[in-house]
Amino acid sequence: MTKLQKAAAGVFLLLALLSLLGARGDSASAQNREAIAVSPSAKFPLGTDDLGRDRLARLIEGTRVSILLAPAAALLSTLLAAAIGGIAGYRGGRIDRIVVTVADLFLSLPWLLLLLAVRALLPLNTSPMASVLLTFLLLGCLGWANPGRLVRAAARTAANSDYVLHARACGVSGWRLFWRMLVPNLFPILLAQFWIAVPVYVLSEANLGLLGLGVSEPLASLGSLLRELANYDALSQNPVVFAPVAVLVILAGCLHLLVSREKALSC
Amino acid sequence: MQVLLQQVRRALLTILLGGFLGATLLRFSPGWGLDERELDPHLSSESRQAARAEYESERNVLIYYAHYLKAALSLDLGISRSFNRPVTGLLRERLPETTRSLAFGVTVGLLAGLVLAIANAYAGWRLLDLAASALAGLSLSIPAGLIALGCFWLRAPVSWAIALAVFPHIYRYAGNILGKAYGTGHVFAARAGGQSEPRILAAHVLWPATPELFALAAVAVSVAFGAAVPIEVICDAPGIGQMAWKAALARDLPLLTGVTLLITVMTVTATSVADLALSFARTSERRRGRP
Amino acid sequence: MLTRLPAILALTLTLFVDALLAADGGTLRFCLRADPKTFDPLLVEDEPSGVIRYLTGGYLIRRNRLTQELEGELATRWQIAEQGRRIDFQLRPNLKFSDGTPFSCDDVAFTIKRMMDPSLHSTVADSFRTVPGQVDVACSGAGSVTIRFPAPVSALADQFDQVAIQSAHSPQKLAAVMGPFLLHEYKPGSYVSLEANPYYWKTDSKGHRMPYLHSIRLDIQQNRDLEVIRFRRGELDLVEHLDGEAYERLAAEMPRAVVDAGPSLDWEIIVFNQVAKAPLPAYKLHWFRSTAFRRAISEAINREDLCRIVFRGHAQPASGPVSASNHFWHNAALKPDPHSPAEALQRLEKDGFHRTGGNLVDREGNRVEFSLITNAGSKTHERMLSLIQQDLAQIGIHVNAVPLDYSSILERFSRSFNYEGALMSITNVDLDPNGQKDVWLSSADVHQWNPNQKSPETEWEARVDKLIVAQTETLDRGKRKVYFDEVQQIVVDQAPMIFLVNPNSLGAFSLNLKNVSPAALRPQLYWNADRLYFSGALVAAAQN
Repeated sequence: MTKLQKAAAGVFLLLALLSLLGARGDSASAQNREAIAVSPSAKFPLGTDDLGRDRLARLIEGTRVSILLAPAAALLSTLLAAAIGGIAGYRGGRIDRIVVTVADLFLSLPWLLLLLAVRALLPLNTSPMASVLLTFLLLGCLGWANPGRLVRAAARTAANSDYVLHARACGVSGWRLFWRMLVPNLFPILLAQFWIAVPVYVLSEANLGLLGLGVSEPLASLGSLLRELANYDALSQNPVVFAPVAVLVILAGCLHLLVSREKALSC
Repeated sequence: MQVLLQQVRRALLTILLGGFLGATLLRFSPGWGLDERELDPHLSSESRQAARAEYESERNVLIYYAHYLKAALSLDLGISRSFNRPVTGLLRERLPETTRSLAFGVTVGLLAGLVLAIANAYAGWRLLDLAASALAGLSLSIPAGLIALGCFWLRAPVSWAIALAVFPHIYRYAGNILGKAYGTGHVFAARAGGQSEPRILAAHVLWPATPELFALAAVAVSVAFGAAVPIEVICDAPGIGQMAWKAALARDLPLLTGVTLLITVMTVTATSVADLALSFARTSERRRGRP
Repeated sequence: MLTRLPAILALTLTLFVDALLAADGGTLRFCLRADPKTFDPLLVEDEPSGVIRYLTGGYLIRRNRLTQELEGELATRWQIAEQGRRIDFQLRPNLKFSDGTPFSCDDVAFTIKRMMDPSLHSTVADSFRTVPGQVDVACSGAGSVTIRFPAPVSALADQFDQVAIQSAHSPQKLAAVMGPFLLHEYKPGSYVSLEANPYYWKTDSKGHRMPYLHSIRLDIQQNRDLEVIRFRRGELDLVEHLDGEAYERLAAEMPRAVVDAGPSLDWEIIVFNQVAKAPLPAYKLHWFRSTAFRRAISEAINREDLCRIVFRGHAQPASGPVSASNHFWHNAALKPDPHSPAEALQRLEKDGFHRTGGNLVDREGNRVEFSLITNAGSKTHERMLSLIQQDLAQIGIHVNAVPLDYSSILERFSRSFNYEGALMSITNVDLDPNGQKDVWLSSADVHQWNPNQKSPETEWEARVDKLIVAQTETLDRGKRKVYFDEVQQIVVDQAPMIFLVNPNSLGAFSLNLKNVSPAALRPQLYWNADRLYFSGALVAAAQN
């Protein structure tokens, strides 16, 4: 690990710890109805929102939700991409054609409707946390297609490379060949996918919130806090609404450093 | 030729399946067959019954789709319920808007991502990597809709928002692909053999990475379209993305089937072109005596 | 001579200005939320099409949005007879459609017959269609027309406010209109352009032909934030239905441009599911069917905070099903439920509920917890839900906020009845309660909390049914008011719908736009579009 990567790991862990330990109980949802949209102060370091809720507490709670679930969803889609795309590229032939067709369908279909159907099937009194868990699970399951195609292309290249030919000539075949020869060469793409997917899923959760598919009140997530930014007119008057963006940028930056090319090359 | 035929067959099957699955998803989604007339107290119950009856032809999705395809052969994609206009006309009107935005967004995003990734891989400037990564991270972290609003505020074309959405994907993937390529044995051998860096870049880095880079170009189209939907919705740009969103929310089956078919055609075209280019590259390599 | 010069100049200027007013009062620009679905006024079901109809249509009778009184337009007078089965109009003479085709009784007959034709499926006709049967339209000499319906139509004259007269003889067919504007251009997804009708019949007190405006451009824009940005930039001349937040921001920058026309007719309400066959646990259905439970919920909610925080003070606590801005029909004796958690708890305790460890439980020990569905993506509703959650938490009730997309809500409301409670906005366009009678009739399918009852399941619903029918059968406005006042009282006492707030009508318009008279009824700012003009346009024209 380089010094920069160690620093990034430290910042990431600190963010995670702060979010897990800070703002417990109902501090994020408590409404101070006489302190609506107040500016930052000693009592409310980031001010309050339009319902008098402490922005800092909500940011901590939102980070907790997103820092746990977005990377988990990103990991899920990355693993699915690795498995499906890798096998397709390695095996070729009919399996490859089927996977490519399925990937194209995944990229073309309006999955929004599936998400709406799932929401409709959920019991009405599903807890906000369970609802958001399911949203991220679905995002993870549906997000493999794009990286899957890249993994497939990389796997096909690797499958036709000299070292794989050499390994085959030495009698290595099947799953052993796949795991020992192909998968390590897919790491650069998989790491890139993971890094990209985390903020993308946070933002996807925000967009899905417009359809009732994200977190529901009073639970906060980075995505739900980012929806405040849609009110462009208010931004100039209240720059603290950018705080969730700053957190997300820091998160994405740390992840980028942790999964950077130097690390990939060393695999 | 065989590869081409295979691609065409696969593409046709995917398009047909795509339309059918899209229609099925909508048909069985909550709220299909109902619209705001359900809650309008001014309407008589007969009018409400008549409104519900309008959806009867869509009840059996298999039969509906068969009729749809038959009519589609004569370019009749039905009448959109939410717009009350022929779907063909709607697609014809809105496709140019989306095509323009996508073309610009994909081109700029792809070029910027590739150029920066190549420059970084070639020169290895840490500062460049940090700056480009920071831009990529920022683009990923700010909602596409907000970027689009910013473009609107600055009176810049919203296709810049699509370019910013595509760029981080291209930069990160291409960077890692090229970085991996630079780490292979034959690059070291080429350097030891005295080959110049530009030649190494062209012959030993970019060329072997071509399959993945072609696949990346296809991915760029998908990413761009995914970004186009919230951008068009928020900026009220009358494109396909906005129409797809409205169709899904309004449970407008004729419109959504038509839009899904179109998106499937676009996706399949992009991926097929990438696959064909990849096959061509492999054939050329084989002719040069490489496996 | 010199002493008379100012007077001569003033007179000249006045005449010049008057002439200009008649020629070019500028182009008005505002937004439609979506593309209009139709330009046929008899097939209007969506709001954008309704806006086009309002601006282009000629009507026998119109309701003045400011005074709320009916006024003759294409008809100089009217009379209702045969207990509301017949209406006689005296038509205004010498009028023409926008293409010069003369207006006559034939056009009224054509419009009514077309409207009532079952094959057209005109929902405008639903208000007139009380029983099946033939509608007779008879023209007599000197511009009189008589329309006879097979059964009495309640508030018959009011219904003509939605009936735009079409030409029977014009070669332009639907394109020939009698309103102040006519359709000039429609670019799908982009805009609708209307231009002044050169044959518009209205003139002002000085005899100048209206409209003063040269044209209207309606941009198609769904995003409210963009609309406000464009208004600020001067790209739009008016914005209606602002939310409190946008209003406050504009008021801070352009205080003279914004207008709060007072409470609108709209409601924000909570409805509980009382459908017997709803797929809910029996104990929950029992709660929702209990008047005491519903009244307690109403008392536990702080309406003042909803108005202050969510609507930024631009709303009024609702006292019942009719807004105070509905001058005639509002029951002034009704008051909003005051916020009183203590009273709410008392009411619940009498109904068998009690508090255990901070939670409210029913007599069987079930914790009181229910969900409220609402429209996803609505900031207003999300904020209201948050406040309501906290208010009800004070009395130990746990509320789950469930935002859903509109179609999913319709599914639960109209088909599966799989919901517990709902927070909804209701847009009212009618003053007369007959426009909502199907909400109150227990047998109707929009009797939202328990539709399609074969017979009223409660005594109070039976009483409401009787009163609603009674008020449709009499022409005496005074009697109707008495009946409907009682309906309002019953609805407030029984709380099948909990009326929370009436949001105010908020808008903004360009300072150069003259003659704007904001009204609480829709359309709020351009209801008198034929009288609007731009002072800037006149100055520019004068300088040229």
